[in-house]
Amino acid sequence: MDAAVAVSDLVVHRGARRVLHQVSCSVPPGRVTGLLGPSGSGKSTLLRAVVGVQRVHSGTVTVLGRPAGAAELRARVGYVTQSPSVYPDLTVRENARYFAALAGRDAAAADAALTDVGLGAAAGQLVGGLSGGQRGRASLACALVARPELLVLDEPTVGLDPLLRVELWAHFHALAAAGTTLVVSSHVMDEAGRCDQLLLLRDGRLLSDSTPAQLRARTGTDDLEEAFLSPVRAEGVAA
Amino acid sequence: MTTALSPRLTSATAGRVLRQLRHDHRTVAMLLVLPSALLGLLYLLWADVPTPPGQPGTFDRVGLTMLGVFPFVVMFLVTSIAMLRERTSGTLERLLTTPLSRLDLLLGYGTAFGLAAALQALVTVTVATTAYDLDVAGPLALVVLIAVVDAVLGVALGLLASAFARSEFQAVQFMPVVVLPQFFLCGLLVPRDQLAGWLQAVSDVLPLTYAVEALQEVGASSEATGTMWVDVGVVAGAALLALGLAAATLRRRTS
Ligand SMILES: Nc1ncnc2c1ncn2[C@@H]1O[C@H](COP(=O)(O)OP(=O)(O)OP(=O)(O)O)[C@@H](O)[C@H]1O
Ligand SMILES: [Mg+2]
Repeated sequence: MDAAVAVSDLVVHRGARRVLHQVSCSVPPGRVTGLLGPSGSGKSTLLRAVVGVQRVHSGTVTVLGRPAGAAELRARVGYVTQSPSVYPDLTVRENARYFAALAGRDAAAADAALTDVGLGAAAGQLVGGLSGGQRGRASLACALVARPELLVLDEPTVGLDPLLRVELWAHFHALAAAGTTLVVSSHVMDEAGRCDQLLLLRDGRLLSDSTPAQLRARTGTDDLEEAFLSPVRAEGVAA
Repeated sequence: MTTALSPRLTSATAGRVLRQLRHDHRTVAMLLVLPSALLGLLYLLWADVPTPPGQPGTFDRVGLTMLGVFPFVVMFLVTSIAMLRERTSGTLERLLTTPLSRLDLLLGYGTAFGLAAALQALVTVTVATTAYDLDVAGPLALVVLIAVVDAVLGVALGLLASAFARSEFQAVQFMPVVVLPQFFLCGLLVPRDQLAGWLQAVSDVLPLTYAVEALQEVGASSEATGTMWVDVGVVAGAALLALGLAAATLRRRTS
């Protein structure tokens, strides 16, 4: 099957600096692909390019067979920014219903999305009065509600307790099993093992594009944290 | 760069903006009460000043003009801050990845604050004509209409101004820049035909001039005049132009 996202020789400049150097990678459809890398490595920048809000210098990004950012993709791609982007002066439910309306979904879909992220009980609260983790989940619900074919999630599980994290990952896999493609960035190595495919980024360069098993085999360790550090270190020594 | 309009998405956005407003009780109270209170102060200012016979009272002239100036100023401020928040909080970037078009977003704001302005104008006009005996020869509904068109102009210019502000400190300072010159030159302080030629030319291209002239027309004649409709059209056209320019400042891709 064709890749859901195909990135080819992508170069991005931010400010005066080049932050992505000829990145090429692809994202298989109906899978959960993890985007991992140290802080400042360019994860958010790459995700922004995929959803079409990042100005690119050269290279191409193809999403669901169309150039990234094409108008007809907007109903098919959902994006959750790294810092929660919801309205603090609306309740959780009002936020979800607004984003539901933008996607042509009804109020029932909004309530279902809130239940999916465990915010059913907080639906009537103002987002401004939520904890950081709750706010992040409200932001996530506002993307889930659209039921897009491709979900681009920038660190969706930051600040969540282990139980909630396990539940969300189970939900991501359930979505993938139903055909949704997910790209999820993370700092947390124990989440790498939950992905079907792993992209490792460092200093704006793609270090590896493999399955967790392949990465473990290649680096000769069972511990993904160690496996992740080894290509990062190897690159560090080579540089 | 599609700008396909969707009434459904525009009204969803207007509803969202109004819901945000509704959660902010103090802002709602100030929107509804402040113009009436300030008008009351103006009323008291001239209450004991004798009017030369055969001339309209100063309060009738100034008060009527203020009915157009208040919604313009208030909606300009409220909108420029609201839109700046959308830009800095990441919600704008997110909205631009959804099927919502840029014009839907801007018209949503215009509709929401236009409705708020209609409510504000109803309260202010009612208070002004009953409590303060403001004399208006023409239909009061036209005063409300002009106030709403003025408010929409304020919204449109506020949306545009927010593109040039990096912080809320900057945004509030656009208010005097955009509002005061229009207020000075609109004909209230000095009749327009007494202005120096070049100032008159500047006054000619400022939309508030036409809003004030429209209100003066309603104040003086018992029926809508052609001049008034032309004035209203000019203000509405300026608002649409500002909305179009504001749409051009909403860049989907940023660096
Ligand atoms: N608005 C900006 N203007 C200029 N440079 C930026 C901007 N945003 C990010 N950068 C730079 O681009 C590089 C990549 O940033 P990016 O946000 O993509 O990293 P990241 O991998 O998502 O980091 P984190 O894990 O901390 O979120 C960094 O070096 C950063 O300094
Ligand atoms: Mg990031």
